[in-house]
Amino acid sequence: MSTTLDRPADWKAPQDAGPVDGAPLASVIPAEAERRLAEAWEDSPGLRGWFGTVDHKKIGIRYIITAFVFLTIGGVEALVMRLQLAQPNNNLLNPEQYNQLFSMHGVTMIFLYALPILSGFSNYLWPLMLGSRDMAYPRLNALSFWLYVVSGIFLYVSFPLGAAPNDGWFNYVPNGSAEYDPGPNIDVYCLGMIFLGISTAVGSANFVVTLLRMRAPGMSLNRVPIIIWGTLTASAANLLAIPAVSLACLMLWFDRNFGTHFYDIGGGGQPLLWQHLFWMFGHPWVYAVVLPAMGMVSDGLPVHCRRPLVGYTLVAMATVTTMVVGFGVWLHHMFATGLPSLALSFFSAASFVIAIPSAISVFAWIATIWTGRARLTVPFLFFTSVILLFVIGGVSGVMTASLALDWQLTDTYFIVAHLHYVLIGINLFAVVGAVYHWFPKMTGRMMNERLGYWVFGLMFGGFNVAFLPMHLLGLEGMPRRVYTYGADMGFGTTNLVVTVGAITFAGGIGLFFLSILLARLSGRPAGPNPWDGPSLEWSIPSPPPAYNFAVIPLIASRHPLWEDRLLAEDQPHSRLAEGYLLDEGKETLGVTPLDAEPDVILKMPGDSILPVLLSVSLLPLFGGMLLLKPWFAAAGAAAAFAILIAWFWPHPVLQREEQARMYV
Amino acid sequence: MLLTGCAATPLGYLEGSGSRSATILQSLGWGFTAISCVVVIVIAGLIGVGIWRGRVRAAAEASDVGREAGGVKAIYWGVGLSIPVLIGMAVWTFLSVQALAVPSSSPTLAVSIIGHRWWWEIRYQSPLYPADIVTTANELVIPTGVPVRVDLGSADVIHDFWVPKLGPKMDMVPGRTNHTWLQADREGTYRGQCAEFCGLQHGHMGFVVHALSPKAFDVWVTRQRQPALVAGPSPAALSLFEVKCAACHTVRGTTAAGIYGPDLTHVGGRTTLAAAMTPNTPDNLNRWLGDTQGVKPGAEMPQIDLSRVQRGQLVNWLETLK
Repeated sequence: MSTTLDRPADWKAPQDAGPVDGAPLASVIPAEAERRLAEAWEDSPGLRGWFGTVDHKKIGIRYIITAFVFLTIGGVEALVMRLQLAQPNNNLLNPEQYNQLFSMHGVTMIFLYALPILSGFSNYLWPLMLGSRDMAYPRLNALSFWLYVVSGIFLYVSFPLGAAPNDGWFNYVPNGSAEYDPGPNIDVYCLGMIFLGISTAVGSANFVVTLLRMRAPGMSLNRVPIIIWGTLTASAANLLAIPAVSLACLMLWFDRNFGTHFYDIGGGGQPLLWQHLFWMFGHPWVYAVVLPAMGMVSDGLPVHCRRPLVGYTLVAMATVTTMVVGFGVWLHHMFATGLPSLALSFFSAASFVIAIPSAISVFAWIATIWTGRARLTVPFLFFTSVILLFVIGGVSGVMTASLALDWQLTDTYFIVAHLHYVLIGINLFAVVGAVYHWFPKMTGRMMNERLGYWVFGLMFGGFNVAFLPMHLLGLEGMPRRVYTYGADMGFGTTNLVVTVGAITFAGGIGLFFLSILLARLSGRPAGPNPWDGPSLEWSIPSPPPAYNFAVIPLIASRHPLWEDRLLAEDQPHSRLAEGYLLDEGKETLGVTPLDAEPDVILKMPGDSILPVLLSVSLLPLFGGMLLLKPWFAAAGAAAAFAILIAWFWPHPVLQREEQARMYV
Repeated sequence: MLLTGCAATPLGYLEGSGSRSATILQSLGWGFTAISCVVVIVIAGLIGVGIWRGRVRAAAEASDVGREAGGVKAIYWGVGLSIPVLIGMAVWTFLSVQALAVPSSSPTLAVSIIGHRWWWEIRYQSPLYPADIVTTANELVIPTGVPVRVDLGSADVIHDFWVPKLGPKMDMVPGRTNHTWLQADREGTYRGQCAEFCGLQHGHMGFVVHALSPKAFDVWVTRQRQPALVAGPSPAALSLFEVKCAACHTVRGTTAAGIYGPDLTHVGGRTTLAAAMTPNTPDNLNRWLGDTQGVKPGAEMPQIDLSRVQRGQLVNWLETLK
């Protein structure tokens, strides 16, 4: 612990990330240093280490596994619904069961699968891509994961009791008010959303700060991979959007339990207030669950096309633009509510405009394929299918952006088709492609290609057989959220086809899970860079060591691993084998936000069971609120408070070093 | 066949339009669908050709990363060509919005429709005698060739009034009155449906619109104004109704004046039962009374305790209320 503190004073900004005079660069990493790094970064053994880990890679993989568990649950719910709808006047399910199923299907897929899976990938990939050893707030990262698990359990405990949310993921009032839905169902929804919102909010804050501070020297903002732009944009949006829905849910919980009148016309409230608050959150959210996935395509597809992404800057800017415009389109969910046409027209126009940044991404991807040398790998097939499915979901989105046409389309199966093309097409297909692409990095093993073609064929075929005909059902007038339909409506045959497609699609996903399992057990060893990828995560062993980078690399371009092929000899090159060693305890480098100049040595916290304890202590808090047992809730709150005190208790060593660093 | 037009899809709005509004939306729907299909085919073609070119290049050159230039132009071309299409679609949209906004002449007939879980209350107000209100349920009857003003409200949760073959949908929001208008240009029966999720029987919250010639409509309204002809075949049934049903239902001309359920004054003249769920036949009515919750689980109408004989009497009597 001797000289660490003097170093910042000696640092100079690296010009084009050349070597830094006087900085502790290490070129050949002695085995001794690696051993010390491993000692500092590896978790404690046993259960304490398992529950207490703050390793972003483990948290990321846990996020991904948990999200896939929820995907499976939500998928089974969907299949049961599809069986019910396979023929007219079916009575496999009664209306209440159907309503709980479609509500939980939506809540599960949108909140417990679609964002967490992307958080998982980002958690895993960010520090590896950015050239850092961890996220900015490792314990917050663990907290975000455990809160996600515990709030997911909270939402699901009600399901076997038959008291799950039953008013859709959108939960419109007054159908969700105490008067029309007196059971605990909607309280579960309200509190569960607030609970999960804490997880998303802390996770998002962590991503934003990580991007600003935790990059390798020289990795300026215009050199980060697109997935980073996607997750950054999504995280910033979440921080702005989640308060709206948390507030909306809190107000509804008050209305339902304490006689307030936010939404109740009897007391001067407005049912439409809920819709405004919900969609102010909900629309940005749907971009939040696709932008990081679009980033996966932007980063993954070029690797398999053997060239850099076409139009990096345009795509990065389009990502941000989509989100900015995305905050101005929420009324397009409310075209039929009777609001003045002039106001609605503005939102209709904005909804047309949002097609433009999407078009930028699409044409950038197509140009990348067009000018590249495509290798027909499984990830390539998935990433390319994303383009086509995105375009189908995009044009149906433009159709619904039309104020007049939406007066027919809204609340029909056309919307169901549209949203599944967008969410499955851009999120799930990108995610499966990303698993094939990054699984070798995560486990050191390759997934089976031939099985992968089967997975792709079943998923792509099944998906389109399931969801393409839904457009037709919508145009034929089949309303959404109906538990059955009459035989004279003409929907029967098409619905049967949809059900067959859904089962095929589910079979593809089942085979995908099976192939993950097989690869985990007996996959071919992958080596550090099986796809010959350009970004930093491919420069380290697979799976990466606990400390990620033995030395923090120095970055000179957007594609550090392709520089020998992309850059002229006289241009500055990245240095991956030499850089900051930082092996005196658990530490990594902090950089300046825009230019990524070395700024500070960050002391990172070790494993801690406080995050899991805090998450679990919120269970009695929210459970007490749900059951209206104040003492129960108070006990949970007191436990949480005590844990927070322990969490924020000043750490003597860290404190001494922080001060030293501030005053040198 | 219950619904005329023999449409394969009674709720489909891309075929069998019955009004100018629906025709505007129908051409918008076909037009946008066609544009969308063309876009998807073009993009699919570009992807396919792109992969093929890439394969050719990969075979010709070593499949390795090189110093690639260009490609950005493709983005400018792609976006540049997309923007005029989007502008065209937006302009078409707003012209349609304008055309849908106002009827060709000012409506002379106003109907209030109030959504209930899970049925529709329909009230006609006579322009001459404001107090002269005709109340019916689940079957909207309108004259052809003239616009009808529709005031939409809700007694409980949000519903949505939608007759796809006659025009756009509109929500029914508690605490607000939304206005829309309907005009049927052709006689016939059009299917309507609640389009906003409203709870257990959202799926079976349908209704029908009968568009009659103005003359036939006048006959219908005149008949509706009359109280029910209750002196009919079975005084026993009438007293049974007054005991068992009057708490919720009204039959004008009797003492039954409940307001929770549909007005049944002329129920025998309606073509459907239970919010357009089944055709109005004595058998179906009998089944409805005998197993209300089985036919429509969750319906607000409780199971009424009736013997088989009583049920038969009631069915026969109700069917006479034309």
